[in-house]
Amino acid sequence: MSALGIVGGVLQAALVVAGSPLLVGWMRQIRARLEGRVGAGVVQPWRDLRKLFRKEAIAPAGTSEVFRFTPLVLVGSTLVVAAAIPFVTDASALGPGADLFAVVALLAMGTATLALAGLDTGTAFGGMGASRATTIIALVEPSLLMAIFALSVPVGSTNLASIVHSALRNPAQVLSPASLLAAVALLMVTVAETGRLPVDNPSTHLELTMIHEAMVLEYSGPDLALVELSASMRLSVFLGLLASLFAPWGIATSLDPVPLGVGVVVFAAKVLVLGTAVAVGEVFVAKLRLFRVPELLAGSFLLGLLAVAASFFLSRQP
Amino acid sequence: MNPEHTPEPASAEPQPGEPIGYRRTGVVVGPEQLAGQAAGLLGEGYRVALVAGHDDGPAGGLRAVYLFTAPGPDRRVELSVHLDRDRPLVPSLAGVSFTAGRFEREMRDLYGIVPDGHPLPRRMVLHAHWPKGWYPMRSDSGDPSEFPVVADPYPFRTVEGPGVYEIPVGPVHAGMIEPGHFRFSVVGETVLNLKARLWFVHRGIEKLFEGLPPHDGVELAERVSGDTAVGHTIAYCTAVEDALGMPVRTEDRLLRALLLELERIHNHVADLGALCNDVGYAILNAHAQRLRERLLRLNDRLTGHRLLRGGVHPGGAMVRELPDVDELAAIGEDAAEIAGLALGQSIVVDRFTGTAVLTNEQARDLGTLGYVARASGLDVDARHGHPVPGVVLPRTQHAHTGGDVLARFSVRAEEVAASVQFAIESVRALDGHLGAPGRPLPAAVLVPSGTRSGVGIVEGWRGTIVHRVEIAPDDGGARTSRVKIVDPSFMNWPALPVAMADTIVPDFPLANKSFNLSYAGNDL
Repeated sequence: MSALGIVGGVLQAALVVAGSPLLVGWMRQIRARLEGRVGAGVVQPWRDLRKLFRKEAIAPAGTSEVFRFTPLVLVGSTLVVAAAIPFVTDASALGPGADLFAVVALLAMGTATLALAGLDTGTAFGGMGASRATTIIALVEPSLLMAIFALSVPVGSTNLASIVHSALRNPAQVLSPASLLAAVALLMVTVAETGRLPVDNPSTHLELTMIHEAMVLEYSGPDLALVELSASMRLSVFLGLLASLFAPWGIATSLDPVPLGVGVVVFAAKVLVLGTAVAVGEVFVAKLRLFRVPELLAGSFLLGLLAVAASFFLSRQP
Repeated sequence: MNPEHTPEPASAEPQPGEPIGYRRTGVVVGPEQLAGQAAGLLGEGYRVALVAGHDDGPAGGLRAVYLFTAPGPDRRVELSVHLDRDRPLVPSLAGVSFTAGRFEREMRDLYGIVPDGHPLPRRMVLHAHWPKGWYPMRSDSGDPSEFPVVADPYPFRTVEGPGVYEIPVGPVHAGMIEPGHFRFSVVGETVLNLKARLWFVHRGIEKLFEGLPPHDGVELAERVSGDTAVGHTIAYCTAVEDALGMPVRTEDRLLRALLLELERIHNHVADLGALCNDVGYAILNAHAQRLRERLLRLNDRLTGHRLLRGGVHPGGAMVRELPDVDELAAIGEDAAEIAGLALGQSIVVDRFTGTAVLTNEQARDLGTLGYVARASGLDVDARHGHPVPGVVLPRTQHAHTGGDVLARFSVRAEEVAASVQFAIESVRALDGHLGAPGRPLPAAVLVPSGTRSGVGIVEGWRGTIVHRVEIAPDDGGARTSRVKIVDPSFMNWPALPVAMADTIVPDFPLANKSFNLSYAGNDL
C-alpha cells in the first residue's frame, strides 16, 4: 500500500461523495434543456439531500436491522469501491486488494443488500422491485466480469491498478478490438446497473414500473438521503471505471501536487463528459418493455464474451 | 343536407310507443313485460344508453326509466316501469345486457330498486361502510343513520397457486390522479386477475341538480368531470332544450360543435404526450404539454376559461372570439409531428404494440364507447349515430383497430387531425358568428304544464355522453326534478381489467393511460 495510493484513495472518495449529486443534477439539467424545459439546476440533488438529512429517521413497523443497516452498507461499499479503483492516481489505496473480482463483488453486494431491504419491508412493491433488480443483476454481473476480464488478459493480472498502469504505458492496447468490444459491453452494464433508460426510468413516479425506486419506496429522511447518495455515487463509480479503463490518460503517477491536481480535474472532466453522453442518449430512447431487458443484457454479455475471445487470440499474435 | 329532413330508411321498424321528445318515444310497461320489450329492442340494434331510478314523491311511488338508443337512423325509445314503494322489484336485464346489469346495481344502491335475478347482486356505488337500507337518492332519505363500526370486507376474488401474489395499489396514488384501488393478482410479472375498485369520489351530483332552475344546472354540468366541461354541458343543455322545446339556431349548434372538438383536441394532445411519458420518452411529453398549454390559452381567449367552461348555455352558445384558422392549422401540424415522432421510435412502437388488447368481441359485449371502442374496430360515434341537425362531420378511417395501446394511440392521433380540420371548416362557416348570451325564455315557454323529460346525446372526447332530465313546474317557474348523467367511463371501466389479462404489471400504467377513464364521471 503506497502513499500515492492512500492519497489517491482519500481524494477519490471525497470527490465521488461531493461530486456525484452534482453529476446527477448536471445530467438532469442536460435532459431538461434538450427537452425544452428549464430544469431545476445542477445543485438540486444536493438541496434534496440537505432537506432529507434534516428530517427525522423513520423505519416502518415490522422491519428488521436489514432495512436499517442497508443505507450504511450501500454507502460504505460504494465508498470502498470509489477509493479502490484507480481514478485519480494509478496506485490503489487497497493495493493488491483492488482486484477486479473484489470490486465487482462489492458493487453486487450493494445491489443484493438493497434487494434484501426491499424484501424486508414486506410490501408488494419492495418484493416486486427486489425480484426485478435480482433478475437484472444476475444478467449484469457476468457481463461486467467478462468485460473487465477481457482487459486483464493482455496484462496478465486482474488487479485494476495493473490494468490501468499497463494501458498508460501502452496506449495502443486501449484501441484494440477486444478493448472496444469490452467498452461497449461495460457501457450497457453501466446503464443497467445504475437504473438509467432504457432499462429503468430514473424520473418515474409510477410505482408499478419501477425497479430501483420500488425497492426504496419505504425509505424516508436521512436513510433515503443515504440511499439516494449511494445511487448517485454508483453512477460516478461506473462512469469513472469506464473512463479509467478505456481512457486512462491524465491519471497521476506521482505524489507531486501538479499531476495530482491534473488527475483530479481530468477525472472530473471524464466523468462529466460520459455523464453528458448518457444523458443525451437518454433523450432519444424510450424505456424497454421489462421482458426485453434480458435481451439487451444478453447482448452485452455476448460482447463481453467476444471481447475475451478477441483479447485471448489477438494477444497470441507475434 | 340537414339530417332532420333525411327520409327514414324503409327497412327501419317503427319505434314503439308515443312520441315524447326529439326522435324519442316512450312506453309504460309493467315489470313483467320489461324483459321481453328490452330483448326486442336489443335485437333490433338498440343499446342500453341509460337506466335511471326516479322517486315521484310520497304519492307517486318509484319509477325506473330505461333509455334505449340506436344509430343510423337516430332512434330513442324509453321504457318506464312504475313500482310500488314497498316492493320495488324489477326483473334484471343483466342476462341480455352487461351494461344494464351495472346500471341496475347503481339504481339499487341509490334508490333501493332491486333487480330480481341479478347475477352479482352486491353493492357497487356505495362502499360497505354506508348503512344498509339507506338509499340517498330517495326523496325521504334524509341523513344516513348510524354507520356500522365494522364494515364487511370487500370480497376480492382470490387467485391461488404456486407463486401467485397480490399487489394492492391505491386508492391514493403517487401521481396527480383520481382515487381508485387496483388489486392485481400476479404470477411473476403477468397479471392473472385485476380488480378495479372505484366509487371513492361520489359527490351526489345528481341530487344537487334536484330543484335547480334549468339554467342554473349548467355550472354543475360543467363540473361533472373537469376535463369534459363542454361535452357534459352540451348534453345537459340539449336535454333541457328537448324537455322545454327550446329552439337552437344552426349557427349556435355549429359553435357548440366547434367547442366540443376543441375540448377533444386538448385532451387528446395531453394524453398522446402522457402515453409517451409512460414509456419513458419524456421529450415528446414536454412538447405535447407545450402544445396543450397553447390550446388552453386559446380556450381561455374563447370562453374566458382554460377548460372551456362558460361557452354553452340552454338555448345557445357564446364565445368572445373565434380561433384563428392559421393557429389551428399550426396546432394540427404540431400534433401530427408529435404523433409521427412517437410512432417512428421503435422502442415506443414495441411498447404500444400488442399491449392490453381489447378484442372486438369483448368491446362489443361490454358496450364500450368512444375511442376505446373505435380502437377495437367498433363503429360507435354519436356524432354520426345521433347527429346534431345542421352539423355534419366527416368520418375518420382508422389505420389500427387491433384494440391494443397502439390502436388507441393512433385512433386518437387521427381524431386530433380530423377535429382540427373540422374546427377550421367550422370557423370559416361561422363567419364571425359569436353567439349570444343565454337569457331566460318567457315564462309561458319555460313553465311546462306537467313533468317533461328531455334527452341529450353528445360524443364527448371519451365517448358518448347521455343526459336525461325531467323538469317539473314549481312555484311559477321550472325546476329540474331529476337529472341522470351517463359518462362513457361508466361503460368503459369494466373493459380495462379485461384488457389487462395476460399483460405484465409494468405495462399497467400505459394500459390505464391509453383508456384514460374518468373516476369522477363514473362515480357521480
